[in-house]
Amino acid sequence: MKIASPLITHTLFTLGPVPITTPVVTTWAIMAVLTLGAWAATRRLALRPSRLQAGLEVIVDMISGQIRETMDAPPAPYLPLIGTLFIFVLVANWSSLIPGVEPPTAALETDAALALIVFGATIFFGVRAVGPGHYLLTFAQPSLFMVPLNVVELFTRSFSLTVRLFGNVMSGVFMIGIVLSLAGLLVPIPLMALELLTGAVQAYIFGALAMVFIGSAIGEASQREAKT
Amino acid sequence: MNWIHLVSILGAAFAISIGAIAPALAQGRAVAAAMDAIARQPEAASTVSRTLFVGLAMIETMAIYCLVIALLLLFANPFA
Repeated sequence: MKIASPLITHTLFTLGPVPITTPVVTTWAIMAVLTLGAWAATRRLALRPSRLQAGLEVIVDMISGQIRETMDAPPAPYLPLIGTLFIFVLVANWSSLIPGVEPPTAALETDAALALIVFGATIFFGVRAVGPGHYLLTFAQPSLFMVPLNVVELFTRSFSLTVRLFGNVMSGVFMIGIVLSLAGLLVPIPLMALELLTGAVQAYIFGALAMVFIGSAIGEASQREAKT
Repeated sequence: MNWIHLVSILGAAFAISIGAIAPALAQGRAVAAAMDAIARQPEAASTVSRTLFVGLAMIETMAIYCLVIALLLLFANPFA
């Protein structure tokens, strides 16, 4: 039995010199659905919310509550980034329920792009909290000997963020594929239910880790400011 | 099927099996400690479970690294 490698994404079509792979198309479809859905749902906001508006408000409220608890900071500057990351990863993980769709987070490149966003946001918020000079000083935080370790940590945690999401989602898809090729039509359904749970937990963990990283960047900075 | 294929398959199996044992033990310890903490202090349950989830994700990364090594050996082996 020949199994396709999960590390290779296959090209759907080429747009001039640029090859367009399947995860890119799925990502853009999810982005379009989320953007249009959010636009349509927030077009007529009322003081007495409709059922849809109340549901969305519950989600936004939950995410901002999590941000406030985890980061000990007012959630407003971080809510758009963290909320978008969480909802995008959740929808992307659950998109495997649609027949024929492979979740874009099961490709290493999508996860690397998401982790790169978190990497950039960590530095951006850290620099914005205290300015570039003080942010660089936080790398020598306990003592000067910690500088190489702190710099290495900055990169390894982005890498582990990538590999964690990729490994979890891809292994689920891979396992369902193998079971489907061995057994019949309805056998993988419990595995797919498990995959729903894993997808939700991984989306939560991705958001929580982004919060923890950004929170540590601005937290160390504000502690430093309090000391000086 | 030359010997590099054979060694790669064995290596992948060993990587994922050893890589599953240690994180499983570690996650068991972490969950047990969290249960203990929640039983002692039920009002801190939300904080404990949030920290537990993040910690479990960190531990699980080790198993995922082993999975990636196994997949590299099987599907992207630089020597085969």
